[in-house]
Amino acid sequence: MRVMIISATSAIAHEVSRCFAADRAALFLVARNAERLAAAADDLRVLGAAKVETYVADLADLSTHAALIEAARQALGGIDAVLIAHGVLGDQKTAQQSVSATLELFHINAISYISLITLLANHFEAQRQGCLAVIGSVAGERGRGSNYIYGAAKGAVAIFMSGVRNRLAKVGVSVLTVKLGLVNTPMTAHMKKNALFAEPAQVGKRIYAAMLRGEDILYVPSFWMWIMLVIRNIPERIFKRLNL
Amino acid sequence: MGRSYQSWGNYPKARNQRVIPVHWRDAPPDLQAIDGSVLAYGYGRSYGDSCLNENGTLLDITPLNRYIAFDAERGLIRCESGVLFADLLQFIVPRGWFLPTTPGTKYVSVGGAIANDVHGKNHHVAGTFGGHVTRFELLRSDGSRLICSPTENAELFRATIGGLGLTGLILWAEFKLRRIPGPYIAQEKIRFGNIDEFFAISEDSDKEYEYTVAWVDCVSGGDKLGRGIFIRGNNAWLARLPDKSAAPRTLLTMPFDLPPFALNLLTVRAFNEVYYRAPLGKVQHKIVPYDPFFYPLDVIDDWNRLYGKAGFLQYQFVVPRAHDRSAIKEILRQISASGVVSFLAVLKVFGDVESPGMLSFPRPGVTLALDFPYRGAPTLRLLDRLDQIVRECGGALYPAKDARMSPQMFEASFPNWRAFSQYVDPKFSSSFWRRVTGQAQSGK
Repeated sequence: MRVMIISATSAIAHEVSRCFAADRAALFLVARNAERLAAAADDLRVLGAAKVETYVADLADLSTHAALIEAARQALGGIDAVLIAHGVLGDQKTAQQSVSATLELFHINAISYISLITLLANHFEAQRQGCLAVIGSVAGERGRGSNYIYGAAKGAVAIFMSGVRNRLAKVGVSVLTVKLGLVNTPMTAHMKKNALFAEPAQVGKRIYAAMLRGEDILYVPSFWMWIMLVIRNIPERIFKRLNL
Repeated sequence: MGRSYQSWGNYPKARNQRVIPVHWRDAPPDLQAIDGSVLAYGYGRSYGDSCLNENGTLLDITPLNRYIAFDAERGLIRCESGVLFADLLQFIVPRGWFLPTTPGTKYVSVGGAIANDVHGKNHHVAGTFGGHVTRFELLRSDGSRLICSPTENAELFRATIGGLGLTGLILWAEFKLRRIPGPYIAQEKIRFGNIDEFFAISEDSDKEYEYTVAWVDCVSGGDKLGRGIFIRGNNAWLARLPDKSAAPRTLLTMPFDLPPFALNLLTVRAFNEVYYRAPLGKVQHKIVPYDPFFYPLDVIDDWNRLYGKAGFLQYQFVVPRAHDRSAIKEILRQISASGVVSFLAVLKVFGDVESPGMLSFPRPGVTLALDFPYRGAPTLRLLDRLDQIVRECGGALYPAKDARMSPQMFEASFPNWRAFSQYVDPKFSSSFWRRVTGQAQSGK
């Protein structure tokens, strides 16, 4: 299997990569920091990856996208599966005071995804097989005062992905949107941990399994499906008064 | 799950600890910018306070869990210090390799194994874990990063092995693995009626068996004093395990703390009687997977909760050969007479392989590890009495298990600690270190 991992140094993406490596997949890793990329690549080589190529890119720069996908295609001789995992949580309180900060968060969390997904959807449509997986968030299901800039971006990606899924289902390409709950990663390092937090290794295994099975939507941990069912169904009249 | 950042014995409980996770070895936290002292923390399997830093900062190394290189021909592995033994085993055992030596739990980090210079059932042939370490990188608080090996920064290498995390932060380490023919152990269990029988069996077994250890019944006195079960084994020349049994699994999770009355003289006595009688006949042969052989307690997640909220104390000492029999007997007599219950008692003869660390615990002699539920003053008084016996015959206590030894007892156990202390990084400290060196709270 030939797999491209975008934002390969993120904790969750790395755990997914480990599962593919143990499966002897060929991997193409994309991330911004060359040193960390090398550390991630070494780990995957030891674990058994048939091949590991790395590519340094700043994903906020949309002009790099076509080139990095082409580089992956060249290096691996084709792409069977892709995971897109980058993201910036940002600080809602600071960002909401500034249009440019808000749009910057929206750019990295939504626009850059839309750019990559568009290019990859065309790749998979032409290839008529494969798996396109994207890491989303339960935060994308309803806007909350404490986190709506990040949430709106994740929500936009989720709707975009549902359209791509609908389009590519006709050619047998699976399109997976992962809806993550809270995970103990560098992104959440500043938060106080409680029983809702999952570990990256478990989460990575679930995402890997869902990619292999061709699932559409995956809540990890799965209890978030029930939490979000409740959250989605609270009438707006009540929801707007809650402190979430 | 939220992590608790306490120690395995749940005693003492550290207050006011800040936690900083270390995610990448290319950009570790700026230690100088941190208020007060720092200490690496892995999976919290040290029993007492050697992994705690009250009113200070813990550097959580568990995200530092990547492999760097593996030489499958020579069995040489290089990995970051937060790599968990359990994960490492899943990787190396199917490739025909094993840890050079392992403690009784696989839920320890590589960094912790070095910092405590851990030992296992094969000590009499393999020595301690530190003896198999070829090099590591140490981050000091002045920002320097030093490669340490037996030939490079050799003094710091010897200080860091068994150095209780006080010499700096280990970022990665390289060590030698052991070839195994497969994941099975040919195990024998032999009942012994008293301590003299133990020594006889042990002397015989250490010549022909790679792994030896014994369980001792600490509740029965009189003519049953020191009876137990001797467990010995060798790697079995068998093909791979069938897949379904190869994966180590947890059978049970201890979901809550037991109330304090659950472990008492009667329940432990009943358990001991059943366990002692369990091997049918005098010698029982069996081929077992490596997991239950090396890690019998790991099948119960969070088994420490058996001891309830008050926690428990481990007491592990070593006494030199010249006094081993009399000291072990005297200590068992004291425990049996005290009515304080030790649920688990593990006895092992250490070999002559020299430990590389300045502060390494293993040395030629006999070691006994005991568990005591913490019941306040009576428990502490008993352990003080045991200290006296250990001290009189020139023995030592194991810091990784300790929560209460006095500075005098520490000095008696590690007479060279002052020489060691010149290698301690000024920014690093632990609750244990302040206690046994009689220092006040360091930092602000």
